[in-house]
Amino acid sequence: MMEKMIFGRYLPLQSVVHRLDPRAKLLFIFGFVIVVFLANNALSYGLLAVFTLVFIYLSKINVRFLLAGLKPVIWLIAFTFLLHIFLTREGDLLFEAGFLKVYEGGVRQGAFISLRFLLLIFVTSLLTLTTSPISITDGLESLLKPFKKLKLPVHELALMMSISLRFIPTLMDETDKIMKAQMARGADFSSGPIKERVKAVVPLLIPLFVSAFKRAEELAVAMEARGYKGGEGRTKYRLLHWQGRDTAALIILVVLAALLWWTRS
Amino acid sequence: MKESIISINRVHFRYPEQTEYALKDITFQVAKGEWLAIVGHNGSGKSTLAKMLNGLHYPQEGEVTICDFPLKDEFVWDIRRRLGMVFQNPDNQFVGTTVQDDVAFGLENNGVPHEVMVERVEKSLQRVGMLDFLNQEPHHLSGGQKQRVAIAGVIALQPDIILLDEATSMLDPRGREEVLQTVRQLKDEQDLTVISITHDLEEASRADRIIVLNKGSVYREGTPEEIFQMNEELVELGLDVPFPVKLSGVLRSQDFEIASNYLTEEELVRELWTSNFKK
Repeated sequence: MMEKMIFGRYLPLQSVVHRLDPRAKLLFIFGFVIVVFLANNALSYGLLAVFTLVFIYLSKINVRFLLAGLKPVIWLIAFTFLLHIFLTREGDLLFEAGFLKVYEGGVRQGAFISLRFLLLIFVTSLLTLTTSPISITDGLESLLKPFKKLKLPVHELALMMSISLRFIPTLMDETDKIMKAQMARGADFSSGPIKERVKAVVPLLIPLFVSAFKRAEELAVAMEARGYKGGEGRTKYRLLHWQGRDTAALIILVVLAALLWWTRS
Repeated sequence: MKESIISINRVHFRYPEQTEYALKDITFQVAKGEWLAIVGHNGSGKSTLAKMLNGLHYPQEGEVTICDFPLKDEFVWDIRRRLGMVFQNPDNQFVGTTVQDDVAFGLENNGVPHEVMVERVEKSLQRVGMLDFLNQEPHHLSGGQKQRVAIAGVIALQPDIILLDEATSMLDPRGREEVLQTVRQLKDEQDLTVISITHDLEEASRADRIIVLNKGSVYREGTPEEIFQMNEELVELGLDVPFPVKLSGVLRSQDFEIASNYLTEEELVRELWTSNFKK
Protein backbone atom coordinates (compact mmCIF):
# COMPACT_ATOMS: atom_id res chain seq x y z
CA MET A 1 0.00 0.00 0.00
CA MET A 2 2.79 2.37 0.99
CA GLU A 3 4.85 2.27 -2.18
CA LYS A 4 1.87 2.98 -4.40
CA MET A 5 0.73 6.01 -2.48
CA ILE A 6 3.93 7.99 -2.67
CA PHE A 7 3.23 10.32 -5.51
CA GLY A 8 6.02 12.07 -7.33
CA ARG A 9 8.29 9.10 -7.05
CA TYR A 10 11.99 9.71 -7.48
CA LEU A 11 13.95 7.42 -9.78
CA PRO A 12 17.65 7.57 -8.98
CA LEU A 13 19.32 7.21 -12.39
CA GLN A 14 22.45 8.73 -13.86
CA SER A 15 21.59 11.29 -16.49
CA VAL A 16 22.28 14.89 -17.41
CA VAL A 17 18.84 15.85 -16.17
CA HIS A 18 19.46 14.12 -12.84
CA ARG A 19 22.75 15.91 -12.39
CA LEU A 20 21.31 19.37 -12.99
CA ASP A 21 21.21 21.66 -9.97
CA PRO A 22 17.73 21.51 -8.38
CA ARG A 23 17.57 25.31 -8.57
CA ALA A 24 18.16 25.18 -12.32
CA LYS A 25 15.44 22.57 -12.69
CA LEU A 26 12.96 24.53 -10.58
CA LEU A 27 13.59 27.73 -12.53
CA PHE A 28 13.41 25.83 -15.78
CA ILE A 29 10.05 24.24 -14.95
CA PHE A 30 8.69 27.54 -13.72
CA GLY A 31 9.77 29.18 -16.98
CA PHE A 32 8.47 26.30 -19.06
CA VAL A 33 5.01 26.53 -17.52
CA ILE A 34 4.83 30.14 -18.73
CA VAL A 35 6.43 29.50 -22.10
CA VAL A 36 3.95 26.74 -22.92
CA PHE A 37 1.25 29.37 -23.21
CA LEU A 38 3.09 31.08 -26.06
CA ALA A 39 2.30 28.25 -28.44
CA ASN A 40 -0.86 28.79 -30.45
CA ASN A 41 -0.49 26.98 -33.79
CA ALA A 42 0.54 23.58 -35.12
CA LEU A 43 4.12 24.63 -35.75
CA SER A 44 4.76 26.09 -32.28
CA TYR A 45 3.02 23.13 -30.58
CA GLY A 46 5.10 20.76 -32.68
CA LEU A 47 8.23 22.58 -31.56
CA LEU A 48 7.21 22.26 -27.90
CA ALA A 49 6.44 18.57 -28.29
CA VAL A 50 9.79 17.84 -29.93
CA PHE A 51 11.54 19.79 -27.23
CA THR A 52 9.77 17.84 -24.47
CA LEU A 53 10.56 14.53 -26.12
CA VAL A 54 14.26 15.41 -26.26
CA PHE A 55 14.08 16.37 -22.60
CA ILE A 56 12.48 13.01 -21.73
CA TYR A 57 15.09 11.17 -23.79
CA LEU A 58 17.93 12.93 -21.98
CA SER A 59 16.52 12.02 -18.57
CA LYS A 60 16.65 8.26 -19.42
CA ILE A 61 13.30 7.89 -17.66
CA ASN A 62 11.14 5.05 -18.91
CA VAL A 63 8.05 6.50 -20.63
CA ARG A 64 5.99 4.02 -18.62
CA PHE A 65 6.56 6.07 -15.47
CA LEU A 66 5.45 9.24 -17.22
CA LEU A 67 2.30 7.58 -18.48
CA ALA A 68 1.58 6.30 -14.95
CA GLY A 69 1.72 9.92 -13.81
CA LEU A 70 -1.05 10.73 -16.31
CA LYS A 71 -3.55 8.32 -14.81
CA PRO A 72 -5.10 10.69 -12.25
CA VAL A 73 -5.62 13.48 -14.80
CA ILE A 74 -6.54 11.54 -17.91
CA TRP A 75 -10.27 12.14 -17.28
CA LEU A 76 -9.70 15.83 -16.85
CA ILE A 77 -7.89 15.96 -20.16
CA ALA A 78 -10.61 13.95 -21.90
CA PHE A 79 -13.28 16.19 -20.39
CA THR A 80 -11.60 19.43 -21.57
CA PHE A 81 -11.12 17.92 -24.99
CA LEU A 82 -14.80 17.06 -25.31
CA LEU A 83 -15.85 20.40 -23.91
CA HIS A 84 -13.84 22.18 -26.58
CA ILE A 85 -15.12 19.94 -29.35
CA PHE A 86 -18.74 20.60 -28.57
CA LEU A 87 -18.64 24.18 -27.42
CA THR A 88 -16.21 25.93 -29.77
CA ARG A 89 -17.99 27.11 -32.89
CA GLU A 90 -15.29 28.18 -35.31
CA GLY A 91 -14.19 27.14 -38.78
CA ASP A 92 -15.94 24.63 -41.00
CA LEU A 93 -18.69 22.38 -39.80
CA LEU A 94 -17.28 18.85 -39.76
CA PHE A 95 -20.05 16.78 -38.33
CA GLU A 96 -23.61 17.17 -37.25
CA ALA A 97 -25.88 14.85 -35.31
CA GLY A 98 -29.07 16.33 -33.92
CA PHE A 99 -28.20 19.26 -31.72
CA LEU A 100 -24.46 18.27 -31.62
CA LYS A 101 -22.35 20.24 -34.01
CA VAL A 102 -18.62 19.66 -34.30
CA TYR A 103 -16.55 22.37 -35.93
CA GLU A 104 -13.01 22.15 -37.24
CA GLY A 105 -11.86 24.92 -34.87
CA GLY A 106 -13.22 22.97 -31.91
CA VAL A 107 -11.20 19.87 -32.76
CA ARG A 108 -8.09 21.95 -33.21
CA GLN A 109 -8.62 23.86 -29.94
CA GLY A 110 -9.35 20.64 -28.05
CA ALA A 111 -6.25 18.94 -29.41
CA PHE A 112 -4.05 21.93 -28.55
CA ILE A 113 -5.35 22.27 -25.01
CA SER A 114 -4.97 18.55 -24.36
CA LEU A 115 -1.46 18.63 -25.74
CA ARG A 116 -0.64 21.58 -23.51
CA PHE A 117 -1.91 19.66 -20.50
CA LEU A 118 0.06 16.61 -21.48
CA LEU A 119 3.32 18.51 -21.93
CA LEU A 120 2.93 20.32 -18.62
CA ILE A 121 2.35 17.06 -16.79
CA PHE A 122 5.26 15.34 -18.49
CA VAL A 123 7.69 18.12 -17.69
CA THR A 124 6.60 18.56 -14.07
CA SER A 125 6.71 14.81 -13.46
CA LEU A 126 10.21 14.84 -14.88
CA LEU A 127 11.15 17.22 -12.09
CA THR A 128 10.01 14.86 -9.33
CA LEU A 129 11.24 11.76 -11.15
CA THR A 130 14.76 13.11 -11.56
CA THR A 131 15.16 15.09 -8.34
CA SER A 132 15.06 13.66 -4.83
CA PRO A 133 12.54 15.39 -2.54
CA ILE A 134 15.32 16.59 -0.30
CA SER A 135 17.11 18.22 -3.25
CA ILE A 136 13.89 19.96 -4.24
CA THR A 137 13.62 21.27 -0.68
CA ASP A 138 17.22 22.49 -0.75
CA GLY A 139 16.65 24.12 -4.12
CA LEU A 140 13.49 25.87 -2.94
CA GLU A 141 15.18 27.10 0.22
CA SER A 142 18.03 28.53 -1.78
CA LEU A 143 15.78 30.14 -4.39
CA LEU A 144 13.50 31.68 -1.79
CA LYS A 145 16.36 33.12 0.22
CA PRO A 146 15.86 36.68 -1.13
CA PHE A 147 12.35 36.63 0.33
CA LYS A 148 13.82 36.41 3.81
CA LYS A 149 14.05 40.19 3.68
CA LEU A 150 10.28 40.27 3.39
CA LYS A 151 10.10 38.27 6.64
CA LEU A 152 9.22 35.03 4.87
CA PRO A 153 10.42 32.23 7.19
CA VAL A 154 12.32 30.43 4.43
CA HIS A 155 14.48 28.22 6.62
CA GLU A 156 11.53 27.16 8.75
CA LEU A 157 9.45 26.32 5.69
CA ALA A 158 12.25 24.20 4.26
CA LEU A 159 12.74 22.40 7.56
CA MET A 160 9.01 21.75 7.80
CA MET A 161 9.05 20.31 4.32
CA SER A 162 11.97 18.01 4.98
CA ILE A 163 10.55 16.80 8.28
CA SER A 164 7.19 16.09 6.64
CA LEU A 165 8.97 14.12 3.93
CA ARG A 166 10.87 12.17 6.54
CA PHE A 167 7.71 11.34 8.48
CA ILE A 168 5.49 10.29 5.57
CA PRO A 169 6.61 6.63 5.67
CA THR A 170 6.51 6.58 9.48
CA LEU A 171 2.92 7.82 9.56
CA MET A 172 1.94 5.48 6.73
CA ASP A 173 3.22 2.56 8.78
CA GLU A 174 1.30 3.84 11.72
CA THR A 175 -1.93 4.19 9.73
CA ASP A 176 -1.51 0.64 8.58
CA LYS A 177 -1.01 -0.55 12.14
CA ILE A 178 -4.02 1.35 13.53
CA MET A 179 -6.15 0.13 10.66
CA LYS A 180 -5.25 -3.47 11.42
CA ALA A 181 -5.84 -2.90 15.13
CA GLN A 182 -9.31 -1.50 14.44
CA MET A 183 -10.09 -4.26 11.96
CA ALA A 184 -9.13 -6.78 14.63
CA ARG A 185 -11.80 -5.16 16.78
CA GLY A 186 -14.36 -5.53 14.04
CA ALA A 187 -14.12 -2.20 12.23
CA ASP A 188 -15.07 -2.41 8.56
CA PHE A 189 -13.32 0.01 6.20
CA SER A 190 -14.08 -1.50 2.84
CA SER A 191 -17.81 -2.12 2.56
CA GLY A 192 -21.12 -0.47 3.21
CA PRO A 193 -22.56 2.80 1.95
CA ILE A 194 -20.33 5.86 1.60
CA LYS A 195 -21.71 7.43 4.76
CA GLU A 196 -20.78 4.40 6.85
CA ARG A 197 -17.34 4.22 5.31
CA VAL A 198 -16.60 7.86 6.06
CA LYS A 199 -17.72 7.25 9.64
CA ALA A 200 -15.40 4.26 9.87
CA VAL A 201 -12.43 6.51 9.19
CA VAL A 202 -12.94 8.48 12.40
CA PRO A 203 -11.55 5.79 14.72
CA LEU A 204 -8.57 5.66 12.36
CA LEU A 205 -7.89 9.38 12.27
CA ILE A 206 -8.18 10.13 15.96
CA PRO A 207 -5.44 7.75 17.17
CA LEU A 208 -3.32 8.83 14.22
CA PHE A 209 -3.61 12.50 15.15
CA VAL A 210 -2.94 11.81 18.82
CA SER A 211 0.20 9.90 17.99
CA ALA A 212 1.37 12.46 15.42
CA PHE A 213 1.11 15.22 18.02
CA LYS A 214 2.99 13.09 20.52
CA ARG A 215 5.71 12.46 17.98
CA ALA A 216 5.92 16.14 17.15
CA GLU A 217 6.40 17.01 20.79
CA GLU A 218 9.13 14.42 21.30
CA LEU A 219 10.83 15.47 18.10
CA ALA A 220 10.85 19.08 19.22
CA VAL A 221 12.50 18.10 22.51
CA ALA A 222 15.08 15.97 20.68
CA MET A 223 15.82 18.80 18.25
CA GLU A 224 16.33 21.25 21.06
CA ALA A 225 18.58 18.80 22.91
CA ARG A 226 20.66 18.56 19.76
CA GLY A 227 21.19 22.29 19.74
CA TYR A 228 18.53 23.47 17.31
CA LYS A 229 17.81 27.15 17.88
CA GLY A 230 16.43 28.33 14.56
CA GLY A 231 18.09 29.17 11.27
CA GLU A 232 20.44 31.79 12.69
CA GLY A 233 24.12 30.79 12.63
CA ARG A 234 23.37 27.44 11.06
CA THR A 235 25.59 25.83 8.45
CA LYS A 236 24.41 23.46 5.73
CA TYR A 237 25.53 19.88 5.21
CA ARG A 238 24.12 19.72 1.70
CA LEU A 239 25.66 22.23 -0.67
CA LEU A 240 24.40 23.09 -4.13
CA HIS A 241 26.86 23.67 -6.96
CA TRP A 242 25.70 25.75 -9.89
CA GLN A 243 27.55 24.63 -12.98
CA GLY A 244 27.87 25.41 -16.67
CA ARG A 245 25.17 22.92 -17.63
CA ASP A 246 22.71 24.66 -15.30
CA THR A 247 23.25 27.98 -17.03
CA ALA A 248 23.01 26.15 -20.37
CA ALA A 249 19.62 24.69 -19.41
CA LEU A 250 18.25 28.16 -18.73
CA ILE A 251 19.70 29.51 -21.99
CA ILE A 252 17.98 26.69 -23.86
CA LEU A 253 14.72 27.73 -22.26
CA VAL A 254 15.21 31.32 -23.43
CA VAL A 255 15.99 30.10 -26.94
CA LEU A 256 12.83 27.99 -26.89
CA ALA A 257 10.80 31.00 -25.82
CA ALA A 258 12.29 33.06 -28.67
CA LEU A 259 11.54 30.34 -31.21
CA LEU A 260 7.96 30.08 -30.00
CA TRP A 261 7.52 33.82 -30.20
CA TRP A 262 8.75 33.66 -33.74
CA THR A 263 6.59 30.73 -34.89
CA ARG A 264 3.35 31.66 -33.17
CA SER A 265 0.71 33.35 -35.23
CA MET B 1 38.04 9.97 43.51
CA LYS B 2 38.45 11.34 40.02
CA GLU B 3 37.44 14.87 39.19
CA SER B 4 33.70 15.22 38.92
CA ILE B 5 32.10 16.37 35.67
CA ILE B 6 28.54 16.77 36.90
CA SER B 7 27.57 17.86 40.31
CA ILE B 8 24.03 18.05 41.57
CA ASN B 9 23.49 19.71 44.90
CA ARG B 10 20.23 19.61 46.89
CA VAL B 11 18.04 19.87 43.82
CA HIS B 12 14.28 20.23 44.07
CA PHE B 13 11.93 20.32 41.13
CA ARG B 14 8.18 20.49 40.83
CA TYR B 15 6.12 20.58 37.64
CA PRO B 16 3.87 23.58 37.35
CA GLU B 17 0.35 22.95 38.67
CA GLN B 18 1.47 19.99 40.75
CA THR B 19 1.83 19.91 44.49
CA GLU B 20 4.11 16.88 44.73
CA TYR B 21 7.81 17.41 44.05
CA ALA B 22 9.09 15.34 41.12
CA LEU B 23 12.63 15.61 42.49
CA LYS B 24 13.29 16.04 46.19
CA ASP B 25 16.62 17.04 47.64
CA ILE B 26 18.80 15.19 45.17
CA THR B 27 22.57 15.33 45.62
CA PHE B 28 25.18 13.34 43.73
CA GLN B 29 28.32 13.70 41.66
CA VAL B 30 29.36 12.04 38.44
CA ALA B 31 33.05 11.38 37.99
CA LYS B 32 34.76 11.99 34.67
CA GLY B 33 34.95 8.79 32.61
CA GLU B 34 32.47 6.92 34.75
CA TRP B 35 29.45 4.90 33.62
CA LEU B 36 26.61 5.75 35.95
CA ALA B 37 23.22 4.10 35.78
CA ILE B 38 20.20 5.80 37.27
CA VAL B 39 17.42 3.31 37.83
CA GLY B 40 13.93 3.66 39.13
CA HIS B 41 10.34 2.68 38.62
CA ASN B 42 7.99 4.74 36.40
CA GLY B 43 7.38 8.05 38.11
CA SER B 44 10.50 7.81 40.23
CA GLY B 45 11.69 11.06 38.70
CA LYS B 46 14.40 9.62 36.51
CA SER B 47 13.11 11.13 33.28
CA THR B 48 12.67 14.50 34.95
CA LEU B 49 16.27 14.26 36.08
CA ALA B 50 17.41 13.41 32.55
CA LYS B 51 15.61 16.44 31.15
CA MET B 52 17.17 18.62 33.81
CA LEU B 53 20.66 17.50 32.90
CA ASN B 54 20.02 18.73 29.39
CA GLY B 55 18.58 22.07 30.43
CA LEU B 56 15.03 21.18 29.40
CA HIS B 57 13.98 21.80 33.02
CA TYR B 58 15.58 24.08 35.57
CA PRO B 59 15.69 23.23 39.27
CA GLN B 60 13.55 25.38 41.56
CA GLU B 61 16.05 24.95 44.39
CA GLY B 62 19.62 23.74 44.48
CA GLU B 63 22.42 23.82 41.93
CA VAL B 64 23.37 21.75 38.93
CA THR B 65 26.84 22.13 37.42
CA ILE B 66 27.75 20.36 34.21
CA CYS B 67 31.27 20.57 32.77
CA ASP B 68 31.93 23.64 34.91
CA PHE B 69 28.83 25.40 33.58
CA PRO B 70 26.08 26.19 36.07
CA LEU B 71 22.68 25.24 34.70
CA LYS B 72 21.44 28.69 33.72
CA ASP B 73 19.77 30.12 30.65
CA GLU B 74 22.94 31.69 29.31
CA PHE B 75 24.94 28.45 29.45
CA VAL B 76 22.31 26.05 28.25
CA TRP B 77 23.70 25.79 24.70
CA ASP B 78 27.23 25.22 26.02
CA ILE B 79 25.91 22.41 28.17
CA ARG B 80 24.00 20.85 25.28
CA ARG B 81 27.19 20.90 23.20
CA ARG B 82 28.97 18.86 25.88
CA LEU B 83 26.17 16.56 26.95
CA GLY B 84 24.60 14.56 24.14
CA MET B 85 21.32 12.83 24.70
CA VAL B 86 19.83 9.68 23.17
CA PHE B 87 16.09 9.38 23.69
CA GLN B 88 13.73 6.47 24.07
CA ASN B 89 11.83 6.39 20.80
CA PRO B 90 14.15 5.75 17.85
CA ASP B 91 11.68 7.25 15.38
CA ASN B 92 10.92 10.47 17.17
CA GLN B 93 14.49 11.70 17.34
CA PHE B 94 15.43 11.04 13.74
CA VAL B 95 15.29 14.47 12.09
CA GLY B 96 17.11 13.96 8.80
CA THR B 97 15.65 12.32 5.69
CA THR B 98 18.69 10.05 5.43
CA VAL B 99 21.25 8.68 7.88
CA GLN B 100 23.93 11.19 6.96
CA ASP B 101 21.54 14.14 7.14
CA ASP B 102 20.49 13.09 10.59
CA VAL B 103 24.05 12.83 11.89
CA ALA B 104 24.79 16.22 10.37
CA PHE B 105 21.77 17.87 12.02
CA GLY B 106 23.51 18.62 15.33
CA LEU B 107 26.61 19.84 13.49
CA GLU B 108 24.52 22.17 11.32
CA ASN B 109 22.88 23.59 14.43
CA ASN B 110 26.26 24.40 15.89
CA GLY B 111 27.49 26.13 12.78
CA VAL B 112 30.27 23.65 12.01
CA PRO B 113 31.91 24.44 8.63
CA HIS B 114 30.98 22.18 5.72
CA GLU B 115 34.34 20.40 5.24
CA VAL B 116 34.64 19.55 8.93
CA MET B 117 31.05 18.38 8.89
CA VAL B 118 31.58 15.88 6.05
CA GLU B 119 34.60 14.45 7.81
CA ARG B 120 32.90 14.14 11.19
CA VAL B 121 29.72 12.58 9.79
CA GLU B 122 31.79 9.88 8.14
CA LYS B 123 33.95 9.25 11.17
CA SER B 124 31.06 9.08 13.62
CA LEU B 125 29.11 6.69 11.42
CA GLN B 126 32.15 4.52 11.08
CA ARG B 127 32.57 4.35 14.82
CA VAL B 128 29.03 3.10 15.39
CA GLY B 129 29.35 0.71 12.46
CA MET B 130 26.74 2.40 10.28
CA LEU B 131 28.93 3.82 7.51
CA ASP B 132 27.42 1.48 4.92
CA PHE B 133 24.00 3.01 5.55
CA LEU B 134 25.00 6.59 4.72
CA ASN B 135 22.17 7.19 2.24
CA GLN B 136 19.53 4.99 3.83
CA GLU B 137 16.19 6.40 4.86
CA PRO B 138 15.11 5.85 8.46
CA HIS B 139 12.19 3.55 7.65
CA HIS B 140 14.60 1.01 6.18
CA LEU B 141 16.52 0.72 9.47
CA SER B 142 15.86 -1.41 12.54
CA GLY B 143 15.33 0.18 15.94
CA GLY B 144 18.84 -0.69 17.07
CA GLN B 145 20.32 0.80 13.91
CA LYS B 146 18.35 4.01 14.37
CA GLN B 147 19.61 4.31 17.93
CA ARG B 148 23.17 3.80 16.69
CA VAL B 149 22.64 6.61 14.20
CA ALA B 150 21.36 8.74 17.08
CA ILE B 151 24.56 7.93 18.97
CA ALA B 152 26.61 8.86 15.92
CA GLY B 153 24.75 12.18 15.83
CA VAL B 154 25.72 12.73 19.45
CA ILE B 155 29.40 11.81 19.16
CA ALA B 156 29.80 13.86 15.99
CA LEU B 157 29.55 16.87 18.28
CA GLN B 158 32.42 15.48 20.37
CA PRO B 159 30.66 15.71 23.72
CA ASP B 160 32.14 14.83 27.11
CA ILE B 161 29.01 13.10 28.36
CA ILE B 162 26.46 10.81 26.72
CA LEU B 163 23.10 10.54 28.39
CA LEU B 164 20.96 7.54 27.45
CA ASP B 165 17.37 8.26 28.45
CA GLU B 166 15.73 4.81 28.29
CA ALA B 167 17.49 4.49 24.97
CA THR B 168 17.17 0.71 24.80
CA SER B 169 13.70 0.23 26.23
CA MET B 170 11.94 0.08 22.86
CA LEU B 171 14.43 -2.30 21.28
CA ASP B 172 14.45 -6.07 20.94
CA PRO B 173 17.21 -7.95 22.80
CA ARG B 174 19.52 -7.90 19.79
CA GLY B 175 19.05 -4.17 19.22
CA ARG B 176 19.66 -3.52 22.91
CA GLU B 177 22.88 -5.50 22.80
CA GLU B 178 24.00 -3.62 19.65
CA VAL B 179 23.44 -0.26 21.28
CA LEU B 180 25.07 -1.10 24.62
CA GLN B 181 28.10 -2.63 22.88
CA THR B 182 28.50 0.51 20.82
CA VAL B 183 28.32 2.72 23.86
CA ARG B 184 30.81 0.57 25.81
CA GLN B 185 33.23 0.65 22.89
CA LEU B 186 32.98 4.41 22.48
CA LYS B 187 33.44 4.94 26.18
CA ASP B 188 36.61 2.84 26.20
CA GLU B 189 38.06 4.54 23.14
CA GLN B 190 37.79 8.05 24.42
CA ASP B 191 37.29 9.12 27.97
CA LEU B 192 33.52 9.55 27.69
CA THR B 193 31.25 9.78 30.67
CA VAL B 194 28.07 7.74 30.25
CA ILE B 195 24.88 8.19 32.20
CA SER B 196 22.20 5.65 31.43
CA ILE B 197 18.75 6.20 32.75
CA THR B 198 16.81 2.98 32.68
CA HIS B 199 14.44 0.65 34.44
CA ASP B 200 16.27 -2.36 33.06
CA LEU B 201 18.68 -3.64 35.71
CA GLU B 202 20.36 -5.81 33.10
CA GLU B 203 21.49 -2.63 31.38
CA ALA B 204 22.39 -1.05 34.71
CA SER B 205 24.57 -4.03 35.60
CA ARG B 206 27.14 -2.80 33.07
CA ALA B 207 27.62 0.46 34.89
CA ASP B 208 30.38 1.29 37.35
CA ARG B 209 27.87 2.70 39.77
CA ILE B 210 24.11 2.67 40.19
CA ILE B 211 21.84 5.23 41.76
CA VAL B 212 18.38 4.00 42.66
CA LEU B 213 15.70 6.68 42.59
CA ASN B 214 12.38 6.29 44.33
CA LYS B 215 9.58 8.85 44.56
CA GLY B 216 11.89 11.65 43.51
CA SER B 217 14.77 11.06 45.88
CA VAL B 218 17.95 9.03 45.93
CA TYR B 219 17.05 5.73 47.57
CA ARG B 220 20.39 3.94 47.38
CA GLU B 221 23.72 4.35 45.67
CA GLY B 222 26.43 1.76 45.09
CA THR B 223 28.20 -0.61 42.72
CA PRO B 224 25.99 -3.04 40.79
CA GLU B 225 27.06 -5.84 43.16
CA GLU B 226 25.99 -3.83 46.17
CA ILE B 227 22.70 -2.79 44.63
CA PHE B 228 21.74 -6.28 43.55
CA GLN B 229 22.22 -7.54 47.12
CA MET B 230 19.05 -5.63 47.91
CA ASN B 231 17.12 -8.28 45.97
CA GLU B 232 13.65 -8.25 47.55
CA GLU B 233 13.84 -4.59 48.22
CA LEU B 234 14.42 -3.88 44.54
CA VAL B 235 11.39 -5.93 43.60
CA GLU B 236 9.34 -3.88 46.03
CA LEU B 237 10.55 -0.74 44.26
CA GLY B 238 9.12 -2.14 41.04
CA LEU B 239 12.47 -3.04 39.54
CA ASP B 240 13.14 -6.45 38.15
CA VAL B 241 16.36 -8.09 39.22
CA PRO B 242 18.35 -9.54 36.29
CA PHE B 243 17.89 -13.25 35.74
CA PRO B 244 21.46 -14.37 36.68
CA VAL B 245 21.22 -12.47 39.95
CA LYS B 246 17.83 -14.01 40.68
CA LEU B 247 19.07 -17.48 39.83
CA SER B 248 22.17 -17.26 42.01
CA GLY B 249 20.01 -16.01 44.85
CA VAL B 250 17.66 -18.96 44.53
CA LEU B 251 20.58 -21.40 44.26
CA ARG B 252 22.09 -20.01 47.42
CA SER B 253 18.80 -20.28 49.28
CA GLN B 254 18.78 -23.99 48.28
CA ASP B 255 22.17 -24.33 50.01
CA PHE B 256 23.99 -24.62 46.73
CA GLU B 257 27.43 -23.15 47.22
CA ILE B 258 27.92 -20.25 44.93
CA ALA B 259 30.62 -17.65 45.30
CA SER B 260 28.85 -14.36 44.78
CA ASN B 261 26.05 -12.60 43.01
CA TYR B 262 26.70 -12.90 39.33
CA LEU B 263 25.70 -10.03 37.15
CA THR B 264 26.02 -11.62 33.76
CA GLU B 265 24.83 -14.92 32.44
CA GLU B 266 28.32 -15.75 31.23
CA GLU B 267 29.88 -15.45 34.65
CA LEU B 268 27.16 -17.54 36.23
CA VAL B 269 27.45 -20.26 33.60
CA ARG B 270 31.21 -20.42 34.12
CA GLU B 271 30.73 -20.77 37.87
CA LEU B 272 28.14 -23.50 37.42
CA TRP B 273 29.99 -25.72 34.97
CA THR B 274 33.21 -25.50 36.94
CA SER B 275 31.55 -25.91 40.35
CA ASN B 276 32.05 -29.67 40.46
CA PHE B 277 35.79 -29.41 39.84
CA LYS B 278 36.28 -27.10 42.74
CA LYS B 279 34.87 -29.54 45.24
